[in-house]
Amino acid sequence: MIRVELVSLLRSRRTWATIALVDALPVIVAVLLAVTDLGPRPGTGPAFLSAVLTDGTLYPLAALAIVLPLFLPIAVAVFAGEAIAGEAQQGTLRYLLLRPVGRTHLLIAKLVGVMAFVVLTVLVVAATAYLLGIGLLGHQSVTASAPGTASVSGTSLSTPELVARTFAALGYAMLCMLGVASVALFASTLVRSPLAAAMGALALLVGSTLLLTLDAADPLKPYLLTRYWLAFVDLFRDPILWHDLVRGVLLQLGYVVVFLGAAWANFATKDISD
Amino acid sequence: MKVIRTEGLTKRFGRITAVDGVGLDVREGDVFGFLGANGSGKTTTVRMLLGLVLPTSGTVEVLGEPMPARRASVLPQVGALVEGPAAPPHLSGRRHLALLDAAGPGSRRTGRAGRVDDALEQVGLGGVDRRPVRTYSLGMRQRLGLAAALMRRPRLLVLDEPTNGLDPAGIQEIRRLLLDLNAAGTTVLVSSHLLSEIERTCTRVGVLHAGRLVLQDDLASVCGPTGLLVVDTPDPHLAARLLVGRVEAVDGERLLVRDQDAASVNAALVGAGVPVRSLHAQRRSLEDVVLDATSRQAIA
Ligand SMILES: Nc1ncnc2c1ncn2[C@@H]1O[C@H](COP(=O)(O)OP(=O)(O)OP(=O)(O)O)[C@@H](O)[C@H]1O
Ligand SMILES: [Mg+2]
Repeated sequence: MIRVELVSLLRSRRTWATIALVDALPVIVAVLLAVTDLGPRPGTGPAFLSAVLTDGTLYPLAALAIVLPLFLPIAVAVFAGEAIAGEAQQGTLRYLLLRPVGRTHLLIAKLVGVMAFVVLTVLVVAATAYLLGIGLLGHQSVTASAPGTASVSGTSLSTPELVARTFAALGYAMLCMLGVASVALFASTLVRSPLAAAMGALALLVGSTLLLTLDAADPLKPYLLTRYWLAFVDLFRDPILWHDLVRGVLLQLGYVVVFLGAAWANFATKDISD
Repeated sequence: MKVIRTEGLTKRFGRITAVDGVGLDVREGDVFGFLGANGSGKTTTVRMLLGLVLPTSGTVEVLGEPMPARRASVLPQVGALVEGPAAPPHLSGRRHLALLDAAGPGSRRTGRAGRVDDALEQVGLGGVDRRPVRTYSLGMRQRLGLAAALMRRPRLLVLDEPTNGLDPAGIQEIRRLLLDLNAAGTTVLVSSHLLSEIERTCTRVGVLHAGRLVLQDDLASVCGPTGLLVVDTPDPHLAARLLVGRVEAVDGERLLVRDQDAASVNAALVGAGVPVRSLHAQRRSLEDVVLDATSRQAIA
């Protein structure tokens, strides 16, 4: 089932269309920056965006910061929301279970499919951003052939260090998306309509983002889904600021365990009567 | 051997009891006709047999093993069509069957294309091209669903309204297919509202009424002769006078005669100069049996 799921994902035109859409935003931003040379002032706008004009190799991270808060999680919520509810609505769920594909196995296969989509999207975004970064942006670091890249704290990072930390940041972003996927997958086992499942997950996402801007929600904040999503920026401080990152990883794992557990508990004993 | 056996099978959805204490008994080699009005609980029962819906109470055994506990070992030997076929609309029928086959356990890649072609051939979709299922007609979808059920040469076929949407020729084709498969050893449980189809294919029938199994018997014994003869004659008065004491009813030029021996009745009538257009033993139609069983239950 996992193989079938992955093959279907890769062969689906929708997968690539979604990736192209998600990828379009950082491309547009890069082109605009390159044409106008007008970066946001340091400390404002999406993370890293002020730095990329001087160092294009940082653009993958800036691109990540652009798609992570909204674009990517929406796509993940839609894909994961459709996982079970979509099969149910289409009527194919019962035939998969009769094939027989075990219910737990089916959930795992669907989750693997969604995460494959996430990995693919993040890699495509990062790769395009890297090419754009060295092609269009960051004239200074390329021409001056500086020995390393400036960290957010101002000190310089060697290239291997930068590469390692960039991949760590990509991994962190994927973990955050696993949290969204778990919530949406749970919703997908709960309702009959894929749209409703995606909306459920998006409600949590938007609610979390909104509450983070509200002082009165302070006691809730450490537990909100999106609270530590942008903490990957801390990987580029010198030394690395672990505090938020560790919390972020633990919080996402918490969401994954709770919601995947709930999805499994619900789906394993559910009456399939669509 | 018992192929399907349920005891006290009950399913409640909130306040309504969809299936109520059903004790099905389907034996090896049967073509079992599963009948009942709309909403009587056929599909719900079928779903419970297959482990899709969990019973509120009661037990299910399929192919000798308890369901849903042993679905991993039971379901590979079962082909099913439950409440209409379903396939992803953007795939071709061929690709859908191949993917469904690949999704499950114990499916080898070698020979898969051949198996898909065989199954399509069996249901009369052999010539189907690469058009997506979205463009299929109702009957083509139904045939594709049947092909999916037949793919792995199951020992038991569970078909919920398989002839839905088929044209007369298609219905006949599927009837032949079921009879051939049955002759080759496949046990079949088929639910349908087409009583004439059930009458032609089934060896046993079960009738559900409001979730209860009100009849379960061999088709031959419920649809057997009623012990009456139907005599069609242009001179019913003379015939009635000759057969006095044995005539149950006169309906125009048709007489119902309580007698088992058609030959001697015929001889008596013809000998006395009564012209006989036709004379045959009356049989109960399945329709009568089903209506009878359900209305008796309704009064009780
Ligand atoms: N998921 C469900 N939730 C609530 N009620 C249900 C559910 N599924 C079935 N029912 C009810 O159970 C009863 C039996 O339904 P079922 O689909 O088994 O009937 P059926 O015999 O297959 O009818 P038909 O001939 O129309 O296909 C109906 O009253 C139906 O409304
Ligand atoms: Mg039904």
